[in-house]
Amino acid sequence: MRTMRFCAIFLAIAAPALPARAAETLTVQVREAVLRASASMLAAPVNKVPYATPVAVEERAAGWARVTPPAGPAGWVHESALTRKKLQLAAGGETTAAGASTREVALAGKGFNEQIEKEMRKTNTAADFSWVDRMEKMQVSAARLSEFLREGGVLPPSGDGQ
Amino acid sequence: MNAARLMIRLILPAALAIFSAAGLTGCASLGKVTEVVAAVGVATGQVTEEQAESAVRTATAVAKASEDITPEQEYYIGRSVAATLLGKYKPVDDAELTEYLNTLGQALAMASDRPETFGGYRFLVLDSDEINAFAAPGGLILITRGMLGLCRNEDQLAAVLAHEIGHVQHRHGLQSISKSRITAAISIAAMEAGKQLGGKDLAEAVNAFEGTIDDVTQTLVVNGYSRAAEREADLAAVRILHRVGYNPNALIEMLEAMGRGLKPGGLDFAKTHPKPSDRIKVVRPEIARLAAPPAPPPKRQKRFDNAVALPAK
Repeated sequence: MRTMRFCAIFLAIAAPALPARAAETLTVQVREAVLRASASMLAAPVNKVPYATPVAVEERAAGWARVTPPAGPAGWVHESALTRKKLQLAAGGETTAAGASTREVALAGKGFNEQIEKEMRKTNTAADFSWVDRMEKMQVSAARLSEFLREGGVLPPSGDGQ
Repeated sequence: MNAARLMIRLILPAALAIFSAAGLTGCASLGKVTEVVAAVGVATGQVTEEQAESAVRTATAVAKASEDITPEQEYYIGRSVAATLLGKYKPVDDAELTEYLNTLGQALAMASDRPETFGGYRFLVLDSDEINAFAAPGGLILITRGMLGLCRNEDQLAAVLAHEIGHVQHRHGLQSISKSRITAAISIAAMEAGKQLGGKDLAEAVNAFEGTIDDVTQTLVVNGYSRAAEREADLAAVRILHRVGYNPNALIEMLEAMGRGLKPGGLDFAKTHPKPSDRIKVVRPEIARLAAPPAPPPKRQKRFDNAVALPAK
């Protein structure tokens, strides 16, 4: 009885508060997040959002989120492209923002960035970065991937695809 | 009190706590930390109490090292790990094969629980008779000509690639950093203290970075991941194959082929992976619950044969 009364009170307080809740903000954690027309890696791209950009989450569905970026149209992105952490642009090495916590400063200074790679490449001549750079260019378009799966008769069991 | 000694006194308990938390007691590991701490101490000459405290604080921050590595940092680690492997093994320079492999691999990666990484998934064949495959953090995946030669059809090749995608999805490569040496600890300590050393910080950071790359490469090539990690990668592979529409039984077929093809005590998959028969026991019940997809059309076999017909050695 007491539990039921508690639940009723809780609902009375919580329910009206829900629609007023501000949209969650997440941060893009890949080099360039492609926002798509629907929740599928094969759906048409509608916008591109660079690393470390905050986006507002409007809606979620099975591992996907529909987000609004600071510029351009909203679209769907897989949640693995987003993080709750606030990211700093660390690529240049000189990125310690004013006002960042010590912990954030330490993480930014971890040394895994472009500047450190360049330094390492000067001494470690055995490593072959030319092929790594070639590999990076080997991105296959969503259209080609769709065609490849269709041609090979590779069909998802449920028929709804990714 | 001697400043360098003070710093060692302050940082060692923190370092010990982290190593024991990670279940590591290796002498080499502790020796490395002490070495770096001593190096920092010596380099500074004068270490203030404030500096020593900051070193302790940063060392504590490393307890969660692998999960704190951002996808961008993971990307740079992965690039250097792949570059190191490509320094040891030469790639097969075959545009048609590489395109086929990337199309298949990227179609599979789309269906993983982590379709998005900082730089995306890429695939390349290594010109080696060894039966092996490597996943560098972030999604640069390398498979040997020997492993490719074991695959009889597209579904089997998909099974090998999906297993490697599973390692990337679960960030197993990064976990090997914290387990084996927690080199990131050294890096952070070196960087924060290093900022006050003037010019020294870069060298320290490069050293730490190289140590990290060694950790991951050593795990991929020599030590292997834990059995638990291999199990996770195999189960991820089953899910990926099923979601895309390939036959998950192809993973069992590949494990059987590897069981036949691997030489016990060999320097390849046999050394870094659990016995194929043990892995089959793990995946078989999972696969049995899934409906088998329809038989593949001849076109799928034809394109596999065309692309994988390797140039004569």
